[in-house]
Amino acid sequence: MGAELGKYKSVVAARSADKEILKGAQDGGIVTSLFAYALDEGIIDGAIVAGSYEEDPNVESTASQNHHWRPKPIVATTKAELLAARGTKYNISPNVSLIKEATRSYGLDKVGIVGTPCQMQAVRKGQLYPFGWRDVESSIALAVGIFCMENFPYQSILQLVEDHAAMKLESVKKMEIGKGKFWVYGKRGQVVQLPLKVTHKYEQPGCHVCMDYVANLADISTGSVGSPDGWSTVFVRSKIGDSVWAKAMAAGVFETQPIEKVKPGLELVSKLANEKITKNKNTLEARKTFGVGKALRNPYI
Amino acid sequence: MVDKISVGYTHLSGCTGCTVALADNYGGLLTLLDRYVDLKYHLTLADVRHIQQVDVAIVEGSVCIQDKLAVEEIKETREKAAVVVALGGCACYGNITRFSRGGQQNQPAHESYLPIGDLIKVDVYIPGCAPTPQMIRNVCVMAYLLLKGTKEQKELATKFLTPLMNMAAKGTSACFCELMTEVINQGLCMGCGSCAAACPVRAITMEFGKPNGERDLCIKCGACYSQCPRGFFNTDVISEYEAINEAIMAALQ
Repeated sequence: MGAELGKYKSVVAARSADKEILKGAQDGGIVTSLFAYALDEGIIDGAIVAGSYEEDPNVESTASQNHHWRPKPIVATTKAELLAARGTKYNISPNVSLIKEATRSYGLDKVGIVGTPCQMQAVRKGQLYPFGWRDVESSIALAVGIFCMENFPYQSILQLVEDHAAMKLESVKKMEIGKGKFWVYGKRGQVVQLPLKVTHKYEQPGCHVCMDYVANLADISTGSVGSPDGWSTVFVRSKIGDSVWAKAMAAGVFETQPIEKVKPGLELVSKLANEKITKNKNTLEARKTFGVGKALRNPYI
Repeated sequence: MVDKISVGYTHLSGCTGCTVALADNYGGLLTLLDRYVDLKYHLTLADVRHIQQVDVAIVEGSVCIQDKLAVEEIKETREKAAVVVALGGCACYGNITRFSRGGQQNQPAHESYLPIGDLIKVDVYIPGCAPTPQMIRNVCVMAYLLLKGTKEQKELATKFLTPLMNMAAKGTSACFCELMTEVINQGLCMGCGSCAAACPVRAITMEFGKPNGERDLCIKCGACYSQCPRGFFNTDVISEYEAINEAIMAALQ
């Protein structure tokens, strides 16, 4: 195991000690608990999270477009707002789009943000190269990254759930990718699983050049892979991450287990990270000779 | 004084917003001037009117080609500087001055404004309207390290500045359209929203996870595409964000 896991100071399996958070959490409730704790302690004034259009009066809900599953980046400043945003929606929430606005109309001095690995890359690029993000760089107080193999456009999720899984989006309780399948859990208890080979063609194309599975540039990154059901694997990466995690642990926010003691453990994280990196390196390679003597653009050079 | 780099600031057809952004580094600007930069000329901040020999010339504004003095000044700036930095959307891409059709008082014949790269070779771009104080600060520190630093610092500064040099080499045209032609059309957009956060005129909204541009609002400043992590992403530099940020802050302590 090496570079595919990024730099980190420590890694554990963890879950929230807050039963209320765990109830609606995707896995171990790490992101919600971290932000709720950071809000309480004044480490952040608010956090940019994936809310939904469900509560948006400007968007009309129809039976075929249940807006709970359509993410809308929001600035959460209360625990209630964080709780409402629990769970993974498996489609694009442009959280970085609020990074400047959070410091303006929301007036936050210390901003928390959760995002995919590419969104963490965007945040760090914006801190080193703030072309249009005036006075943002020093306001980013806690960036939490989530593991990500690829993302989907909203319309893909609509099609996967309604056409392939034959369920109404509004009747879905939870979605999950794990154990090689895309799982859709209904509110009445029904479960549909789709093989990932069905989902591949619905993936967001931009994900296929991404070299980061475990949010290498986050302060703290987390995801289900590597830990038992109901737990999350947590990498603590930066100085900020280290300090926040230590305080949260001391305050009893999380239960943890050594990662070496849990199944399937870091080997699986490493395996999936390498799979993603290899697959996407091949994509980048193929882009070089995509046309006849013409390449597609490589953002990394 | 000997260890400082000499810097000049040529002010052409720009609104002084770039100068204000530079000044908005507050104490940081004073530290820069104290320790790293000898400001040789600057229409607003230094009482010197003529272009002088400098290590780095920063240019704000586009060039009106009907304005003889402006044309002379941009050429002289190039001749007398080792490095020319286009600061802000107007110098890089024309920005709002692209929309000029002349007729304004009291120089109605001043109708054609060009980004400086259409008249001289430019080495480094800092796009945006206005460019941010933090970006200007970072480039100043890196330019200093490039010219006066240790071997390692020179390497870091070169790596940091390379994307800005690539932008300067790429051309003088930018607007929201790059997000379509260079990112979405190229299969690279992943919907992070960096562009929408960067746009100074709120011309970009994220619709179903992708940027949607209100093209009539776009002022052609280049902030969105330069901010896009799929515009450029130099992994080796950005992965070291923690150490580099600390070094920059330490340099200004």
